[in-house]
Amino acid sequence: MSGSNAQNARRRVVITGLGVIAPNGNGVAEFELALRKGRSGLKTQQSMIDAQFACTVAGTPTGVDALCKSTFSEEELLAMNMNHRYASLAALEAWQDAGLERPSRDSDVVDWDTGAILGTGIGGMDTIAEKVVPLTNAGKVRRMGSTSVEQVMASGISARISGQLALGNQVTTNSSACSTGSEALVMGMERIRAGLATRMLCGGAEAASHYIWAGFDAMRVLNRGSNDAPEKASRPMSASAGGFIPGAGAGVVLLESLESALARGARIHAELAGGMVNCGGHRMGGSMTAPNPTSVQRCIAGALADAGVAPEQVDAINGHLTATGADPKEVDSWEKALRRRPGTLPPITATKSMIGHALGAAGGIESVASVLMVARGFVHPSINCEDVHPEIEKHAASIPHEMRELPDLDVLVKAGFGFGDVNACLVFRRYRA
Amino acid sequence: MDRAEVMDRVVKILTPWVKDEAALAKVSMETNILEDLKVNSARLVDVVIAFEDDFDIEIADEDVDQVNTVGDAVNLIAGKL
Repeated sequence: MSGSNAQNARRRVVITGLGVIAPNGNGVAEFELALRKGRSGLKTQQSMIDAQFACTVAGTPTGVDALCKSTFSEEELLAMNMNHRYASLAALEAWQDAGLERPSRDSDVVDWDTGAILGTGIGGMDTIAEKVVPLTNAGKVRRMGSTSVEQVMASGISARISGQLALGNQVTTNSSACSTGSEALVMGMERIRAGLATRMLCGGAEAASHYIWAGFDAMRVLNRGSNDAPEKASRPMSASAGGFIPGAGAGVVLLESLESALARGARIHAELAGGMVNCGGHRMGGSMTAPNPTSVQRCIAGALADAGVAPEQVDAINGHLTATGADPKEVDSWEKALRRRPGTLPPITATKSMIGHALGAAGGIESVASVLMVARGFVHPSINCEDVHPEIEKHAASIPHEMRELPDLDVLVKAGFGFGDVNACLVFRRYRA
Repeated sequence: MDRAEVMDRVVKILTPWVKDEAALAKVSMETNILEDLKVNSARLVDVVIAFEDDFDIEIADEDVDQVNTVGDAVNLIAGKL
């Protein structure tokens, strides 16, 4: 274990549970298989065709209704929109993956030491668009019933989970655009380190709704050139990357203090050794929609310093890498922050190449992917970049087009960047006692 | 439609919101919707909308305030058919 005495004295935070609902697989086992095989979950969306989007491809989880019916009561489902369903399924899987029991509804026992920070980017937009706005405009407010508020309030997803699991510590929802899910893990880690909680369910969720994606299509940041080949449409780091493909789903990890995990004999997937969040201040090239490269590099370097990991110790990168013009700048930032030269950049992969950009859920889902890669010693393929972007060509050897076994993978760094010039970076490390 | 038929439909409509299934199994006109069936009081507005849709009637907010038991709901609805 490297690091200063202060770091050694700090409470260590480990990951003991994983849960995921993703376009290319529901549940950790199916998701891991899809990652290893480089299986795309992107499909043509009739809703986008009907609404005359320029991009008509998205990544949406399938089979969720059947999972919900076997997991939640009819009454619960009446008040759960897609965001709630994805978040709850992922959180419950993470909880059970950690070896914890789902509490009885009749029990009045509250778990005061466990909380949840589950973020979302745009929240219950489907409920707003399909229910609140039409009924209000039609003068039928009364017919909204009792469940609108809890489905459109940003904190609805974390509130829903607290009810499912009787959580009594901090329960909140963060929102920082596309860095939301990663930021949630940093916040949960800090709370456990501070001794304010023992366990925190952290991650993000985003519904599958063309109402969420419409604004991005209007901005022309979605790829409009691959509608005839949905599985090829998300092309991070490629010369033919023409914008991102929207995605949806949820990814949740259970963060736990090391002493709690050891005391209950929990299986430890990996350690969350460090992390950092910051903002570029919309300066030095940053803006509402573009990241300040200096702040990106500071965020990566700061996360490594927080973890007590030297830049040369990083074995793999799971980038933000959306398949927009920002990819070359991001790779350049990785090169600088990790102090690498062409040919020495560690394997760099983009989960979004298979699932699209799940916005507020991206950091959660991609953190689950990252933890799996650290725990099992592999790097998943970054598909659809056979034609590496000219500005990234010098790092072409670092892009895995097929799954790479990396049995000695020790440190993986994951970053997420969002509108608003906000950044979050996480350092996952193989657990060692 | 006789009251027994209305009662059957009321019970069927209430079912998704009922948290005490044992109470539902022995439901009668005297069964209290909130206290016995443990229906969440916030969800009563959803139950009323479901009554309105199923029976194609309108139920005023003042009338809802008078409904405590399954029998109250049955009588209110039967009076509007």
